[in-house]
Order: sequence, then C-alpha cells, then structure tokens
Amino acid sequence: MSVAIENRAELSKELAAFVEEWRNKPGNLIMVLHKIQEEYGYVPEPVAREVARRLRVPEAQVFGVLTFYNFFNLEPPGKHRIAVCMGTACYLKGGGSILEDLSEYLNVPINGVTADKQFSLQAVRCIGCCGLAPAVLIDGEVVGKLTKEKMRETLKKYRENTQEALVTSQAL
Amino acid sequence: MITITIDGKKLQVAPGTSVLAAALDAGIDIPRLCYHKHLLPTGHCRLCVVDVVGFHEPQPACTLAAKDGLVVSTRNEELYKRRKMIIDMLLSDHPMNCTVCDKSGACSLQKYAYDFGMKETTLNFECAREGFKQDDNPFLLRDHQYCILCGRCTRVCDEVVGADAIEFSGRGFESHIATPFNEAMSESACVFCGSCVQVCPTAALMPKVRLGRGREWEFPRIDSVCGYCGVGCRVQYALKPGVEGGMPNGHREIVYAQGYKDAAVNDEFLCTKGRYGWDFASNKERLTRPLVRKDLAKQLGLSDEDWAPDEASPLQTKGAEKNFIPVAWDKALEIITDKLVETIEQNGPDSVAGLASARCTNEDNYVFQKVMRAAIGTNNVDHCARLCHASTVAGLAQAFGSGAMTNGIKEVRDADCVFITGSNTSEAHPVIGYEVVRAVKQGASLVVVDPRRVPITEHARLHLQPTPGTDIFVFMAMMHVILREDWIDKSFISKRTEGFDEFKASVSELTPEIAAEKSGVAAADIELAARLYALGERRSGVSKYGDDRGRSTILYSMGITQRSNGTNLVMTLANLAMMAGHLGKRSSGVNPLRGQSNVQGACDLGALPNVFPGYQKVADEDARAKVAKVWKVPSLPDQAGLTVVEQMRAVEAGDVKALLIMGENPMMSDPNINHVEKALRSAAFVVVSEIFLSETAQLAHVVLPAASSLEKDGTFTNTERRVQKLNKVLHAPGESREDYLVYAELGRRICKRLKKTGINWNFASTAAVMNEISAAAPQYGGISHERLGPEGLTWPCPTADHPGTPILHTEKFTRGKGKFYAGEPSLPAELTDAEYPFVLTTGRMLYHYHTGTMTRRSHPLSWKEPKGYVEINEADAERLGLTEDKPVVIESRRGRIRTRARIGERVAEGVVFVPFHYREAAANLLTQDEALDPVAKIPELKVCAVRVENPAAKSAKTAS
Ligand code: SF4
Ligand code: SF4
Ligand code: SF4
Ligand code: FES
Ligand code: FES
Repeated sequence: MSVAIENRAELSKELAAFVEEWRNKPGNLIMVLHKIQEEYGYVPEPVAREVARRLRVPEAQVFGVLTFYNFFNLEPPGKHRIAVCMGTACYLKGGGSILEDLSEYLNVPINGVTADKQFSLQAVRCIGCCGLAPAVLIDGEVVGKLTKEKMRETLKKYRENTQEALVTSQAL
Repeated sequence: MITITIDGKKLQVAPGTSVLAAALDAGIDIPRLCYHKHLLPTGHCRLCVVDVVGFHEPQPACTLAAKDGLVVSTRNEELYKRRKMIIDMLLSDHPMNCTVCDKSGACSLQKYAYDFGMKETTLNFECAREGFKQDDNPFLLRDHQYCILCGRCTRVCDEVVGADAIEFSGRGFESHIATPFNEAMSESACVFCGSCVQVCPTAALMPKVRLGRGREWEFPRIDSVCGYCGVGCRVQYALKPGVEGGMPNGHREIVYAQGYKDAAVNDEFLCTKGRYGWDFASNKERLTRPLVRKDLAKQLGLSDEDWAPDEASPLQTKGAEKNFIPVAWDKALEIITDKLVETIEQNGPDSVAGLASARCTNEDNYVFQKVMRAAIGTNNVDHCARLCHASTVAGLAQAFGSGAMTNGIKEVRDADCVFITGSNTSEAHPVIGYEVVRAVKQGASLVVVDPRRVPITEHARLHLQPTPGTDIFVFMAMMHVILREDWIDKSFISKRTEGFDEFKASVSELTPEIAAEKSGVAAADIELAARLYALGERRSGVSKYGDDRGRSTILYSMGITQRSNGTNLVMTLANLAMMAGHLGKRSSGVNPLRGQSNVQGACDLGALPNVFPGYQKVADEDARAKVAKVWKVPSLPDQAGLTVVEQMRAVEAGDVKALLIMGENPMMSDPNINHVEKALRSAAFVVVSEIFLSETAQLAHVVLPAASSLEKDGTFTNTERRVQKLNKVLHAPGESREDYLVYAELGRRICKRLKKTGINWNFASTAAVMNEISAAAPQYGGISHERLGPEGLTWPCPTADHPGTPILHTEKFTRGKGKFYAGEPSLPAELTDAEYPFVLTTGRMLYHYHTGTMTRRSHPLSWKEPKGYVEINEADAERLGLTEDKPVVIESRRGRIRTRARIGERVAEGVVFVPFHYREAAANLLTQDEALDPVAKIPELKVCAVRVENPAAKSAKTAS
C-alpha cells in the first residue's frame, strides 16, 4: 500500500454509503459528522479529514463546525459518560454547580475526558426529567434530585468497578 | 441610481450599495472593524451601527443595503456609547502592549481606543488567548492574543484566495481562528499568500520578516511592479528607515512588502512570490562585476593562467565563479565589440543571434532588438515567448488579428462561466486564480479541462480530465454539440465573422462519443461543458449583465500552447468563442495567460524574429521603411530571423557563431537541455547578461552583471496589455547596470566600428527610450512615462489623449472580421509505447518561478519547497512500489533525472508531472525539441513519453 493511501482513513461501508448519499445535499456536513460520532462515539481526526475530502468541504470548515457544537467530541469518550443537564429546570435547581463540582472533583474540563479515560464530562440540554431536577445521565441512566454529595457518592459506585479507578480515587 | 440621506447629506448611489460604502465614498467616516472593502460584509463587530428611520434598533451600516429614501444618522450619544462599549470589550481581551507592538500606528483597535479616549478597559476579564502563538514558518506569525475575531482573515482566505485554510473554531472564550485540528500553518492548505496578513487590522497576523524592525510610520515606501509572473501585481515595498529611504551611505534594504492599495490589477492582494520572494535581490551570489572566462582571458592576454572549459554540466556544478576573472566594464564592452564586429565582418550579420528577455523591461528589450537589427543588421532575435505563447501570437493573430488577452483581469470576477484549459491558474497566475475564485463564490460555473487535477479544480463545477494531448477532441466535440443543439450566436457569426460554413463541416463528424473514446472524458460531461460554456449558465445567483445568455470567458495557458499542434489548438478555442458570441464584451473573451512579468512587452517591442516593435512584419516593405525612418538607418533586414530552437541548431551547425543572451536561461528553460548544452559549448562567442551566474551564464565567454527589476525603472506590460511603471526600489549591487544602458552603449560602439552613423543610442533615461518606442510601435503611440500613473495604460493606445483599450474587438476585430479555421484534430508527436509507457507533462508550481534563479535564492520560498519532485498517481506508485518523498528515476529518449516521488491524485494514472524549476532534476533534460508547431515553431514541452523506475526496487533485484 502506498503512503498516500495509508494516510487516508478507511471508512466503514455504511459510513461511506451515507457520505455518498448526502454528498450534494444541503446541511450534509452536520449530518455526516453526527453519523461519525454515532459510529465511533467521537469524531476521529483522520475520519473527519477523509469526509472533508469526499464532501469537498474545506477541512478548516469541518474543524470549525466540530468545535462550535458542544455535541461533538474530538477525543474518544471515557469509559463512563456523564451528561449534566443544563436545561432550565435543572439549571435553576443548581445544575451549574453540580457541573462545576464534578469538573473539579474529577479534575477534568467540561467536554473533556479524565486522564485515566474513565469519565467524560458533558453539559447537555434538557433530558426530559425535569421533575427530578437537577439531573444527570450516567451511561444513559438518569440520576436525579442531586446534591454535590449525592453526586460524588454515585460516582464511587462506578469507580469501584475498575482497578485504575481505585488508584485514582486514592490519589484524590 | 437611488437617493439616501446620511447625516443630512443627500447621496446618489447605485442600488445594492451598502450604507457604509456609500458613507465612506461621501467622506463620512463610520467606525468599523470587520468591514473590508474587498470582502463580503458580515455585520460581525457591530461597530458600524447607525440609526435608521423606521428601525427600532441601530443597524450595522456594512450589511445594510441602501434603499431609495433611506434616512440614516451615524453619530449621536447612544451610538457613541454602544461603540465605546464594543471597544471596551475588545480591549478587555487584548494585551495592552502598544508600546512594544510592531503594528502600533497601523492598528485599528489602537486607533479606536484613541478615538474613544480609552486608556484601558473598564471590564475585568482575563485575556483568553494570552501566549498562544503559531510560529511555524518563515512567512507569517499568528499571535492569537492580539486577535479581535473580526474574521477578515478567514474571509479573504475563503472568498478571494480560495485556499480555505483557516476558520473560526470553538465558541465563547475559546473561539479563535484555527487551522484544521490546530495543525501547523505549513501543514495546512495555506498557500502563504499573506492576504490575511494584509487585511488583519491588528498585530494578530504579521509578516515574519518585519518583526522588531520598526514602527509603521518609520518606513519609507516605494511601489513598483512584481518581477515574477505576467499578472503584474503592484507591490508596495517598505524600506529600512534612514536617509532617502536608505542608510546614510545611500544603501537601501527592503523590510517587507505588501499589496499596493487599490491597484489596477490586484486590488491589494499578492501571491507568495510577490509578497515574500524579493529577498533574492540581496543574495550574496549576485553578480557585481563583468566577468571574462579564463580561457578567453588567457587568449586576450588578460591573464596567464591556463584553463580549459569544464566538462561537467552546469546543472551539476557549484562554485563556477572560479572559472572567470573580473574585468572593468569598458574592457568587457571592448571585448564584446571586437568579437562581434569580427564575426560580422567575416561571416555576415546573420552569424550573430540574440535572445532578449521576458524578465527585462520594455525599454531593455526595445534597445536590445534595436542593437540586433540596426547595429548588427540581423533579425536573429527571439526570446522565451517562443517556448510559451508563440502559438498564441500566431493563432490569435490569424483568427482575430491580435495575439493577446482580449479582456482585462478584473473582468473575470463578473463572468457567468469561466472556462479554463491548460492553465494551472492558482499556481502559475495566482492573482488571476483569485479572480476565478471570486467569480465562483458569486455563483459562476467553472469548467476546467486539464489532464492534471490542478488546485483550481477544487472550485470547478466540472473538471474534464483528458489523457494528455487529446483535449482537441474534447473541444471539437463541444463545438459539435453547440451546433447540434443550436446554441450558436447567429447574429454574431453573421455580422462579425467569416469562414463559418467550412468550419462547420470540420466538426460535423466529431461526436462526443468519438471524443470520449479518444480522450477518456465521458460524453455526457462534454455535453454539459458545451452547454455551460455556450449559454454562460451559472451555478447560482444572477448575472451582473442581464443579457439573454450569460457571459463566458476562456482562460488558457501553456497546456494549450506548448504543443506541436499549438497554433491549431489556439484557433480551436477562438472558434469556440466566436460561435457562441463570447467576445468583444466585458467578462467575455479569449484570454491567454502570459507567463513572465514582461513576456507581453518583449513580444510587443519586437523581440521576435519576424516582426519589428508593434508586430510590424519585417517582410513588409512599408513597415521596414517606417521603422528605418524612426531609427535613421538606410535599410533593415527583410528576412525573418531564427527562432530560439532554430538558433541553437544553427549554432551547432556552425551557421551562428556569436550569441548575445540578455537575462535568459535556455540551459533550464529550453527543451532537451543536453542539446542546448552541446550548442552553447560549440559556439565561438557567447555573452550573457544576468543577475546570477545561471546555468547558461556558466557557459558564456563574457558575463555582464545586470540590475534586477527591483533596481530598475522603466515599464512592464502585463498579460492584460497593461503598461505599468516600475520604480527603483533598491540600488543595483556593485557595478551591475540596467540592461538598456549596457546595450545602448554596445550599439553605439558597434555602429562606430561599422561606420553606421546617425543612429540614436543616447538615451538619458528609460523615459527617453519610451518616447522612441511610441514613435516606432503604433500600439504604444500614446504611451509615455509621464502619463503612467499607478494605474498604467492598456494598449492599443495610439495617441497621447487616448485612454487605452481594456477590451479588444468590441466593434470589429483587429483584422476586420473574425476568421473561423477548419482544423484537423491531431495527437502529440511522441506517443507512449511499451518502452516509455508514461506521459510526462511539465510546468510550474506556486513557490518557484521559471528556472529558479530568483526564487530558489529566496529564503521563505525555498524553505517551503526546497527539493524537486515528480507527481505520480497513487495507483501507479503502488504498482511500482514507490514511497512518498523517496527517489524515482525518470528517463526519456533524451535523458534521465533522479528526483523524489510525490504521490497522490493530482495526475491521472499513466501520467507524471515534473516542475521545471530544479536544476538537480531538470525536467527539460527529458523533453523533446524535435516536434515543433509548424506555424509558431514552439516545441512540444507539454507532452513526451517517459518511463518511471524505482531505484530501490532495482537495487533489491540486483542484490538478490
Ligand atoms: S496566507 Fe493566504 S492561504 Fe494562508 S491563511 Fe492567509 S490568506 Fe489563507
Ligand atoms: S487574525 Fe486578524 S483578521 Fe483574523 S480575525 Fe483576528 S484580528 Fe481579524
Ligand atoms: S501573481 Fe504574479 S505578479 Fe502577482 S504577486 Fe504573484 S508572481 Fe507577482
Ligand atoms: S431541565 Fe434538566 S431534565 Fe429538563
Ligand atoms: S464593520 Fe459593520 S459590523 Fe463590523
């Protein structure tokens, strides 16, 4: 295989077909990027570049879109995904400080992944459980009526699942 | 025209003008940051907000289109407060570094802070991008902390340059201008044109070379014309502060260059060569004294050292200076005069031949050919235009009567369909590439016919990729379709042209299906190309002109002309334009893009063997009499002289004994260099005027040090026929001199020895030369240096009150009626076979220019592209087992080179491309000089057959 081809990411059949289908339609870039994130859980750089090439969209524009929307991750997500709700109800009931506290406690920036790759932290829009506000989703499961303490408690459970996590928590 | 009122002033403006543009035009200053006159407005910074009657909220003036009756006020307490708040916010995110900032004095943020009386910000934010710099290249520095996120840089990169290298990234405090994935600029799509630097209002983008070398107001500035390509961009050079633009001893030094504001050709934009490639001028290898080769010196008793010419080819040698001894100017001219007079007396004037130069000024070329014709008495004068556009001059002269661009460069942006063939526009004529990008961004269709996927194809609606040499079938089939579908312009054809019926028959058989078979281009694509071109069909938006059919324009270059059927191809494009009536109007014509800074001028002024200045044929008795009268000579030679390639053959055959070469480098630029080298070595006497000891100069007997275009005044004529004034930016180094002075002196000495009296060689200045030019060349009749402002003048300009002619053939063609030619399609002279299975095509690349004498001595340019390469398709590379950047050997019937592989999709399978700038891998060792166009005598540089070898594979085989 020659180098030029090596440099290029292989797309799965499904993704390649999807790109083809959307090639000349308006709004295609966002659709395709969503699809990539669905497939990989994040948007790997070589895949983004390859899609730019196929859609004939400048790479700079792809990067602009990827960084404009919080939704897209440029790094592989952590083992556990924490999505803190920032919808109106949760926000009013202190979602913001839950988020800040998590960021401090896990030592991870918002939209980042912990150094040990265990947790990724995101802020999201209303997740539809306003009655439980403030709420978060951990790996898709809702945890509601949170306080900072309850949040930290919940995380322990996830941590205890893995060896490295224990090491980290001892270090904390 | 509509009427709007701004601050009580009634203004007449064109509909669609923005309120801001209207106000600025009327001298009403509105604060603004993101607005730039050559870019689309975005309303981003909101500094330009104004009150408009009928709107509750203030509106940004830059995005507000003027409507009849609009009443606007630009100044009041509330607007002042709003604007001040914006400046306050920007300052809060900006380091207060004005005391040490290079941009100080030219920074818009500093200006508005001053205007609003703000010593510092009243807000308390952290500077989000402190210490964030991108400093990975010698061209420009991006210092994010100074960025005010106005977006001018991303817009210029996208709307004008078309590189799309940078974009806004992130949001909120994290926003910044980014390359994809924050990669280094040098790894991104950036082409280092520096346009973003030019439009940036702050110190966020700065030319690297300028940092720490002075404040804006300290630099003396001189504007002149870029010495590289035929676009002829106007450049403003900022000089090191001091006395008279120089140090106390008069020394001058360029600190940085930028586009001249509101230039006639380039607005204010440049390409990387014009902006960064001027440092060759101060390279220490510049020639500063006349040189005589040691063997001749010994023969003349100037030295007693024995020395025989080196066997090694100048393409490989270094330090050739040691083969020469320096002499005084007077001595050098004496030797040349003696040798030439001796040759003329023994073998007749036609035993001398001369090569003028497309890089020298009009004045230099005029004097040079006058020396050849009036002093020596031969028409053996030609220059490298033979190798680029001789077929244009021949073909368009036959079809229209004039062989130059029919339209102006800036008209391209308003075309509805741009048809490009055989032109790597973005690399060879970058600023014309910007025009094409602008047209496309406004909705024009771009159709490209080119065997390579050249960068401009990124913007194309349709790219047809014929096998090299088969494009003629595509063009003829397009014409077949235009006839079949009745898309012809009947009234244009009947009123303005002749020969249509014969022509019609010549394409009647050539269906798209046949063309598809010959060229590999799909028949449906040929049909679509025919439609887009013939009807001027846009991709989106509305035509600026509102005609029945859109306006289409053809741009072409060496991919068409450097062919053994070049003249035929040029006439084919002329046919295409005439049948669809795309001629003689704005944004609609046939436009050969000429390569070098003054190739148009060198042709205009008679540096061709068959014409005097102004294309007056030497064979025409009246023309001879007329020119003889201007020059005050009794008679002039009436036989057309020898062309470039013929000159080399004649030298080898012993018919030409002495060669005068002014600033040309045939040892790199001519086909089949081995052949050229043999010829030059066998010549009895060779003189070369040069700025460096070029490959050709190394073979000369006498070398004369020349001033570069940065050290000259005089004029260049660009590819759109615009005559522009150069100004001396630097002093010529050492004893180097301007060519017109040298050759006028030589002419005087030769005439004295040959007892030709009364001929004028006394030119007090280049302006005086231009005065004689205007008497000799009708197209230049009304041109004088006094008349040339920064705009210049486009020829024909026959009289002193004539405004110039930006568009040719508006009412009638130069030759009366446009002439259709019925041509036959033909294939390239050298086809591939089992032994040489690849087609080689050659050309330029962005960062280098021609034979590389200048650009390869420019630090930033050679930093970016230091090494030669061959482009090869990834499928071929895989088959041959080639690796990126690893050695490849290419061999033709004439020679072989070793270079590096650049693997990708730019060339199709079976095709390789080699740029001709690199002496260590000289493309022209491979090309052929046998097949010449029968009319224009241009060699087929664009197509020959080669084989490609992988040296690694070979050694592996021999080892096993
Ligand atoms: S230098 Fe030219 S190509 Fe590069 S980012 Fe600036 S405008 Fe774009
Ligand atoms: S770098 Fe300059 S031009 Fe670009 S957004 Fe920042 S301030 Fe504006
Ligand atoms: S486009 Fe040509 S004339 Fe303009 S700056 Fe570049 S090299 Fe010089
Ligand atoms: S606002 Fe948090 S779930 Fe609706
Ligand atoms: S100049 Fe109009 S909004 Fe910036």
